[in-house]
Amino acid sequence: MDFFVVQILTGLSNAAALFLVASGLSIIFGVTRVVNFSHGSFYMLGAFIGYSLMTVLPGFIGFWASILLAGVAVGVIGLIVEMGVLRPIYKSPELFQLVATFGVILVIQDLTLLIWGPDDLIGKRSPGFEGVVKIGDQLLPSYDLVLIFLSFLVLGGLWFLFNKTRVGILVRAATQDREMVGALGVNQSWLFSGVFFLGSALAGIGGAAQLPKGGADLLMDFNILAPVFVVVVIGGMGSIPGAFVAALIISELNVFGVQLLPQSTLVLMFVVMAVVLIFRPWGLFGRPETLGSHGSQGPPEAPLRAFSGRLWLALAAAAIALTAVPLFGGTFLQVLLADVIIACLFATSLHFILGLGGLVSFGHAATFGGGAYAAALLVQYAEAPMEMAMLFAPLAAGLLALVIGWFCVRLSGVYFAMLTLAFAQVVWSVAFQWGDVTGGDDGILGIWPSAWASGTTAYYYLVLTLGLGGIATLLFMAYTPFGYALRGGRDSALRSEAIGINVRLVQWSAFIFAGFMSGLAGALFVFAKGSIFPTELEIARSFDALIIVFLGGVQSLFGPLAGGVVFTLLQDWLSRFEYWRLFLGLMIIGIVILLPNGLVGVGQWVRNRLGAAPGKPEEEAA
Amino acid sequence: MSFLEVRGLTKSFGGVNAVNAVSLDLKEGELLALIGPNGAGKTTCFNMLYGQLKPDEGSVKLNGRELIGQTPRKIWRMGVGRTFQITATYASMTVMENVQMALISHHRGIFSVWPPASRRHRPEAHALLELVGMESQAERAASVLAYGDLKRLELAIALAHSPRLLLMDEPTAGMAPKERVGLMQLTADIVKERKIGVLFTEHDMDVVFAHAHRVLVLNRGEILADGSVDEVRANPRVQEVYLGGGSTFGEQEDADTGQSADGSVDKEGLANA
Repeated sequence: MDFFVVQILTGLSNAAALFLVASGLSIIFGVTRVVNFSHGSFYMLGAFIGYSLMTVLPGFIGFWASILLAGVAVGVIGLIVEMGVLRPIYKSPELFQLVATFGVILVIQDLTLLIWGPDDLIGKRSPGFEGVVKIGDQLLPSYDLVLIFLSFLVLGGLWFLFNKTRVGILVRAATQDREMVGALGVNQSWLFSGVFFLGSALAGIGGAAQLPKGGADLLMDFNILAPVFVVVVIGGMGSIPGAFVAALIISELNVFGVQLLPQSTLVLMFVVMAVVLIFRPWGLFGRPETLGSHGSQGPPEAPLRAFSGRLWLALAAAAIALTAVPLFGGTFLQVLLADVIIACLFATSLHFILGLGGLVSFGHAATFGGGAYAAALLVQYAEAPMEMAMLFAPLAAGLLALVIGWFCVRLSGVYFAMLTLAFAQVVWSVAFQWGDVTGGDDGILGIWPSAWASGTTAYYYLVLTLGLGGIATLLFMAYTPFGYALRGGRDSALRSEAIGINVRLVQWSAFIFAGFMSGLAGALFVFAKGSIFPTELEIARSFDALIIVFLGGVQSLFGPLAGGVVFTLLQDWLSRFEYWRLFLGLMIIGIVILLPNGLVGVGQWVRNRLGAAPGKPEEEAA
Repeated sequence: MSFLEVRGLTKSFGGVNAVNAVSLDLKEGELLALIGPNGAGKTTCFNMLYGQLKPDEGSVKLNGRELIGQTPRKIWRMGVGRTFQITATYASMTVMENVQMALISHHRGIFSVWPPASRRHRPEAHALLELVGMESQAERAASVLAYGDLKRLELAIALAHSPRLLLMDEPTAGMAPKERVGLMQLTADIVKERKIGVLFTEHDMDVVFAHAHRVLVLNRGEILADGSVDEVRANPRVQEVYLGGGSTFGEQEDADTGQSADGSVDKEGLANA
């Protein structure tokens, strides 16, 4: 009995940080409709800033003042992010905002590394709560009780704020209908900045308050992101009681999960999420999404045109040039180009669902890494030859996409993005935690091509054939009725249903197909590198593909190719610097704000400028 | 002769009876207007007919087959077309491709890969665009069309699977007066030629009185009157409930006579264009 009480209390105290971060994310989303992916970074900053303050401010008062000040400091940082990064792009499509906040993650990661160094910091004990409380014959750190008290305090405070104060009621009104609140004369930019400050401050307090339990380290940002998304998805976007209840469920589950199934703690919370989503796709306390409630979709895409003769010539010339590379290029160039082609295939498969289908997946690494792991496991345990592994890897990735997609295509917009990210984290956690099979953090080594393909040039030709073949298939599919139906579902799901097209089935099939191609890219990758690690399943890998698609231009079929080339070369160059994430992050933010149509958009702009004389009559008429 | 039989359609939201025991019949080639003041239950009726809303009670039979309980997709396959109050078309496709998609779906080709979508059913799509007077704009992007043209495109899409029944939710909402008459005249011609039954809701009494074959007046979820345009116009209860007072209605009638003269001019203008 005592054991259970202590376990429940431990779960409650673990829920505190999760609830603070999730409620902040929820508040920001509710009003601004921006899913702040950098919210985990605010949490991490709260911990580091709180740590530094605690070394300066001593004693009981100092400890609590540090937590509060850390919250204020992070709130101000949030304010800077809101005003500097998000304000210029509120009118842009949702995806732009998501990608921009990912840029913020990278910037904050490197700035934190720059300021506090790479070592993990161990949090100080809270003065007055260093000891343990005895419950029956069980012991509980007394600080756990403080955290429980804190989360109830914040819940009560937020309830008071949103129900009893004028500002809070305005925020709630804005959550329901932004335009109406604007029409009533409320200054929206003030309101947006205000909730951003509040939401970020909550994450900062969460980070600082958990210092005595967890300390501060550089992985905190991504580590909290997945559970926070799970909490927000279970609780319902924009609902604070939902965030509270869901944080409790997840934390209790974790505490008891450790006792019963220690290997499955990470997977367990996703199982709960999946169950909730089957019965209530908008979460326990959330409301179904109304269409068009998010950032604008941007200008409509131009209709697809058949390839012109000149384009065919250019493509043929590119293919011949790539085939001729080994005649004059050295090993380094061939390896680099193989990387480029793999990245292009990976990104084109994402573009298929994201660009054509409007399905913004934040977990595309699941199928890339999934395919790579499938190939590696086949070689490792079944001693399969490369050919067989390469055949089965895409199938395995497609199967994975079939399962993940079944859940995800029920949702749209940001829910879809968060759910795909969460599922990718499940796959990652399986690879990471199931060390007996996957080697865990050490990965799987010694996955080399068959003898005939083991030379650099031979493998280059293999990548060229399969990679370009995959890309060509994806491009071809865009022109088929299936590709059109996918775009139709994105343009107007209402219209699709009214002419008898099963939008979800089309989207699910596209998700599987894209997963298959992404798995092929993963298989090509694993034999090129000879090894596979859980990093290939990480959020950062999913974002590589997103950034490539984004960099190239979402609305163009050739965007992912242009983006893939530039991004891979750029990364190859940038990664020689110590703080390359900082540069990459700033670059992403710059592109989002300055080049919303990507590289292809820039190309079109240049072409219009150069040969603009006749112009298209249609565009002039519009 | 009626091929659509609606019997005792009832729906309440909370304590409000949005639609109460509505029954109606529709014959082939008939243009039936469903009118009523705001909140009368028109849209609720429509959504139940099209499977977007499940009624509490009642049945809807199309040629003896029950529509209630079917998804909108199934209902479409059973030969019901629909246009929306706010047009819903594929903005990133051409006018032609929008119609081709409806044809591809009708021929169950969505999951096929060859030939490419833009090469499918071109003659059929052209014929449909010609029917609604849009063939000259076939290769334009739907996103650059004027609103009235989008409505025509929607009509072409709705006709793609040769429906028996066409549901049009406020077909002329948001259009200029000239365009309204043109679109309804076009619809009336198509209905006559193809023997389609049309049920439409409409706020513009000029449009209703000029084109409907029969009018159904809905008030507080119940049918108040059902009859020809003249019968409904003359019905004192309709005058009282729907338009609030006899004097207003008289003025309306005067305005309408003027409007029909305008209408005929518009038709000629359209033929010339």
